[in-house]
Amino acid sequence: MEFIKPGINIDFVGRRKFAFTLSLIVILIGLAALIWRGTSLFGIDFAGGTVVQLRFSSATNADKIREGLKPIGLDRSAIQHFGGEGENVFLIRTDVSRSELANVSKEVKDNLERIYGENTVTVERVEMVGPKVGKDLRQKALLAIYYALLLIAIYISWRFEQKLMPAGIMAGALFLGVLGLREVGTPIPMLIVAALVITLVCCWFLKLKYALGAVSALIHDVMITVGAFAITNKEFDLTVVAALLTIIGYSLNDTIIVFDRIRENLRKGKRREFAEVVNDSINQTLSRTILTSGTTLAVVTALFILGGGVIHDFAFALLVGVVVGTYSSIFVASPILIAWEAKFANTRVRATAKS
Amino acid sequence: MKDMRWRAALVLAVLVVALVYLLPSLGKELPEWWVKFFPDKKINLGLDLQGGMHLVLEVENDKAVENTVERLAQEIKGELGTAHIRFRLVERQGGDGVRLLLPKEQDWQQVADLMKDKFPLLEVTDRTLAQDQLQVLFRIEESQVRHIKKLAVDQGLETIRNRIDQFGVSEPDIRTQGENRILIQLPGIKDPQRAIDLIGKTALLEFKLVDEQRSVEEALKGRVPAGDKIYYSRKVDPVTGQVRRNAYLLKDRTLLTGEYLTNAEVRIDTQYNRPYVSLSFDDRGGKLFEKITGENVKKRLAIVLDGNVYSAPVIQDRISGGNAVIEGQFTMDEAKDLAVVLRAGSLPAPVQILEERTVGPSLGRDSIRKGLISMAVGGVLVVVFMVIYYGGSGIIADLALILNIILIMAALAGFGATLTLPGIAGIILTIGMAVDANVLIFERVREELRLGKTPRAALDTGYSRATWTIVDANVTTLIAALVLLQFGTGPVKGFAVTLSLGIAASMFTAIFGTRLLFDYLLQKRRMKKLSI
Repeated sequence: MEFIKPGINIDFVGRRKFAFTLSLIVILIGLAALIWRGTSLFGIDFAGGTVVQLRFSSATNADKIREGLKPIGLDRSAIQHFGGEGENVFLIRTDVSRSELANVSKEVKDNLERIYGENTVTVERVEMVGPKVGKDLRQKALLAIYYALLLIAIYISWRFEQKLMPAGIMAGALFLGVLGLREVGTPIPMLIVAALVITLVCCWFLKLKYALGAVSALIHDVMITVGAFAITNKEFDLTVVAALLTIIGYSLNDTIIVFDRIRENLRKGKRREFAEVVNDSINQTLSRTILTSGTTLAVVTALFILGGGVIHDFAFALLVGVVVGTYSSIFVASPILIAWEAKFANTRVRATAKS
Repeated sequence: MKDMRWRAALVLAVLVVALVYLLPSLGKELPEWWVKFFPDKKINLGLDLQGGMHLVLEVENDKAVENTVERLAQEIKGELGTAHIRFRLVERQGGDGVRLLLPKEQDWQQVADLMKDKFPLLEVTDRTLAQDQLQVLFRIEESQVRHIKKLAVDQGLETIRNRIDQFGVSEPDIRTQGENRILIQLPGIKDPQRAIDLIGKTALLEFKLVDEQRSVEEALKGRVPAGDKIYYSRKVDPVTGQVRRNAYLLKDRTLLTGEYLTNAEVRIDTQYNRPYVSLSFDDRGGKLFEKITGENVKKRLAIVLDGNVYSAPVIQDRISGGNAVIEGQFTMDEAKDLAVVLRAGSLPAPVQILEERTVGPSLGRDSIRKGLISMAVGGVLVVVFMVIYYGGSGIIADLALILNIILIMAALAGFGATLTLPGIAGIILTIGMAVDANVLIFERVREELRLGKTPRAALDTGYSRATWTIVDANVTTLIAALVLLQFGTGPVKGFAVTLSLGIAASMFTAIFGTRLLFDYLLQKRRMKKLSI
């Protein structure tokens, strides 16, 4: 069986302007949503606070629960239905932690049972994160993202050119630059941005065009996934960061496959337009790009639909990440290569003309 | 030929070892001879799957230093008294200092010698002469402060462990985290609230005399007599849930503390059918208690626990034998827990809950069920797809996939790693990613076959060309997984573990394992056509 016939030839490269515009628009919408939501994007892992998951023995709604929480001053908490249709499960999130209210979950349960009756409310889950731990977890998550990006950037700069020198310079520049900024007390989010900028600049000056394409695609994927969270009003917690890191690792797979094929085709040495070689390579690997993403997408979708509320956001992040990662390997990473080649191939010609 | 036999032996050996490690997690009872010679560790389920409580406490160990300094100040007073040196004041200053006021400057030399002799841990930080008096400031050495802080955490951990052991939780995990934190994991706990109350209580038991000469009302208006302090009793009405507070004016001096306790038990007051806690002191405590009660007959002695007055009975007579009781309006559970904390001893410093994560057993079971269903559905989708799309080769890839999952599970059991809900998600993700390697190989083989190569040549090229791409593609995911392993906590770590195990295993099963099967089919069975 074959989905994609061997002789397929779609003009992906020709649609790159459209694709760039589309990506840019999506990223900008995501960024706007991100700025709009600000710190409300953080779940309790990072912001601190308490989440109580309650199961009621009969149907109810958020307003009635809110009424029941008035006596303890929690009626301004976020109350949302959780889990599947017909399940009477609700999440109550407050920014109060244990130190302020002696015992959030017990007070909540007791007060609600006064309305709903004895033994009608079950506390299924309590998560309380104090401000100190929230700060620690924020720090840890950012460090994890930072180190993952750092290591992957160094790895791919070595991987695509197989030259130790540029990779060494890249690693050195990253370490010195970031160490210096750390010394000055730059906060970690800025460090991550700085590391990315240093990586891109290094790729540029060291002429690591493949690494440049791969890293750009990676940034593209993460930005869109984060944006999707902001737009769909979901929250960031530790598992979502884990999903983001997985996306960083996984979205490179397709890019590596396409790039390997481009270099293989270039080695065959037929004199052709670079853009043409790229487009051929994308078409030749299209079948495997779609199949590998397809199998992963299938299992992630199963997890997203059947995995239950606790893992839902995690599965959502993976779902978005896998789709965007596949898209970007075709429409972001490869076109950047072409743009690079167009620019530098010309300068090279000009340089030789001058001398 | 010979080379293939070795490869087959290796794959078989890996499979057998994996099954040996996996077996304890599958069956219910293992035969005795098995337990004797083979691993019997089961896969650990995380708290999010089996239900339970995760707590992070912070030991306020500054308080422990403060308490030490307070005690030192009292001891200095005693020593100065026995040496007949007059002083105006000895008091704690700040968290780690002592302030001493001497009326006569010429006494200083003697005091300095005495301090050096009896309190070598205190160092002089400042000495000023003003208005006919000498003020000396002392401070505890930095190294000593660190020692006290560390001791407070260690003792706190030990005490909490004692309490939890007596409370009865199977396989609790209690350990220090960082400098002043204690991590507690209690799997399968039924009443998390009770456990928190039990763990968090400082349980400092003090006996203090009620000041009956002066009135509480006056003191409440702000005129608290020197040497006295206001304490409250706290009674919760069982029906309305309202808290009633009663004020007591107690002498500040503590006559006796819980450190001399040898036992605490719940008894039932037969007259009112109410539980109370009976205390037994050790020899020294018993003598002290006898002396205190003997000297204060007809006076009221307050029993204070963590700053709350529990009862303040009138001492009827000298009490010898080293027994006392704490009465209050306890429920049976409250009385039992109080006895537990008193037996286990008090915490050297108060603790604060920084993080709590509790999952009820039903939610845990639900998560396991949903996780397994997603895994089954995702797995079947992938397996069926591979067979439909690649025919016989798809079956080979599926066999590799099954081996892969067996290897992940066996490694989890063998390393004693913990399976969490994100961990199950990691296995599910691995199912989707592991076949990617085979897709890459098969697509390449198809390409080579189209060029007119023989099945064997096509397989050779396919494997050799695709292998490095696969390894490289997996390395980036592995980097992300390993970073997560380093920085992740709890459930997320479980994800990192299964994902990295899955990726590592997939390189073995999807490349090495499938190649072996293809070679077998082509060479031994002399298969002429590839089903791909």
